Amino acid sequence: MASAASQRIVRVPSAVARLLDPLPVAPLEIALRHLLAGILARHPALVDRIGADKPRRIAIAPTDVPFVIVLQTGNASIALKIERARSLPSVDATISGPLFALMGLVDGAFDGDALFFSRDLSIEGDMEAVLALRNAIDDADIDLLSEAAASMGRPAVPLALAGRRIATALARIMGESAADRREEAQ
Amino acid sequence: MTATKRRPLELVCPAGTPSALRTAIEAGADAVYCGFRDETNARNFPGLNFSREEMGAAVAYARSRGAKLLIAINTYARAGDPGPWRHAVDDAAALGAHAVILADLGLLDYAAKHHSNLRLHLSVQAAAASADAINFYVDTFGVKRAVLPRVLTIDEIAAVTRHARCETETFAFGGLCVMTEGRCSLSSYATGKSPNMNGVCSPASHVSYRNDDGTLVSRLGDFTIDRSAPDQPVGYPTLCKGRFKTAIGEGHLFEEPVSLDVRTLLPALAAAGVTAIKIEGRQRSRAYIKAVVSAFRRSVDALETAGPLPLDSLAPLTEGQNVTGGAYEKTWR
Repeated sequence: MASAASQRIVRVPSAVARLLDPLPVAPLEIALRHLLAGILARHPALVDRIGADKPRRIAIAPTDVPFVIVLQTGNASIALKIERARSLPSVDATISGPLFALMGLVDGAFDGDALFFSRDLSIEGDMEAVLALRNAIDDADIDLLSEAAASMGRPAVPLALAGRRIATALARIMGESAADRREEAQ
Repeated sequence: MTATKRRPLELVCPAGTPSALRTAIEAGADAVYCGFRDETNARNFPGLNFSREEMGAAVAYARSRGAKLLIAINTYARAGDPGPWRHAVDDAAALGAHAVILADLGLLDYAAKHHSNLRLHLSVQAAAASADAINFYVDTFGVKRAVLPRVLTIDEIAAVTRHARCETETFAFGGLCVMTEGRCSLSSYATGKSPNMNGVCSPASHVSYRNDDGTLVSRLGDFTIDRSAPDQPVGYPTLCKGRFKTAIGEGHLFEEPVSLDVRTLLPALAAAGVTAIKIEGRQRSRAYIKAVVSAFRRSVDALETAGPLPLDSLAPLTEGQNVTGGAYEKTWR
């Protein structure tokens, strides 16, 4: 069998991750809770599709930044908490991968199964919870940049547009380099 | 006598969610198949499928875009409890689906008797691999199209299609069952849940992964089905694509993790007389649907204009990052 060829994913440089490590998690947690509240308000079917009747804790663990997002589903709602990667609490399931791959799963840029096949994404624990979350998020058709802009108000719209241009350029650059890597692997 | 011009191949695409359905149609699907959110369809996975309300909206959306919506009710009804399956057929008819895709003889009989105007397609789950078998369903229930099992060569597909008294549809891309569909009990043996009755092959409730220093250990029920080194691509946690220890060594006994891709065979499939080609993947994301449906739309259109077939790689999206012509070519013979 041939070696796995990684998907086209931008990774956060380790130097940046080291700079993030000592920062407090509270501001990030507040911002992400605000973002999540907006997403749930604009995509009310998401909770129903997750089937959030049974309480479950799912860790979204970026491999290239020192923080972990813990989603608590249950009681027809979703709550969010940020933990430090080195002190992860007990969870029912963990989804790990580069930060931009995890973000790409949310906004439809990446296919979760493909990331799993290429070993860019790893999953452990309760697979029913993982599948329900992934499928619900994919159906919600979330545009992360637009959601982030909406959560920050009108002044953020130009930032969102700039962010989209940067993301498109990065995807093009990474796509070309990923194609080269795949040719080398075959 | 003049030869009649062949109709373009119909592109039948999967949708596990309403968003995926819209993505498939925007990407060029001629028809989309999906299922209700219960055990009546063979992709009964968490977070997937359509409520009755969502299905009604999907029918309307497909119709507004000139696409057909097919509802898969393709598991076998539970003995003594056909109610959920019959209700699914009733609801599909009431919602205005273009067709229902059925496998169960009793359900086909019910649909034919109670919804005579409802177009019936025979699911691959019925495993009808000969013209005689297909014609039984045509003569008995009025089936209009049969989805052929992925066990036939192109020549066999041509022979079956020539003698079948209905349209035929063949799989063109995606997950590849190496067993006879509708008859496979591997997953049932390992988990107690049946793909053919509960709609789940390798149910998520019975799948677990463990990371052993970079080696991915996949388990289904009580069985370790594969160990993949850190640099190896992996596939779905299905027994048929697992690694087995045998007297002649250790390896993939039935099939390596691999996906079907028949784009290079489209001219031959068209010449064989098939009406439609089907993309697998109701459990896949919008990203997969967009990429695969777009690629096949370009290939089918190129086939009609006699242009070169565009063959941009879809391997990064596939199981095991590897594609095959499967039984269509039977290169192992």
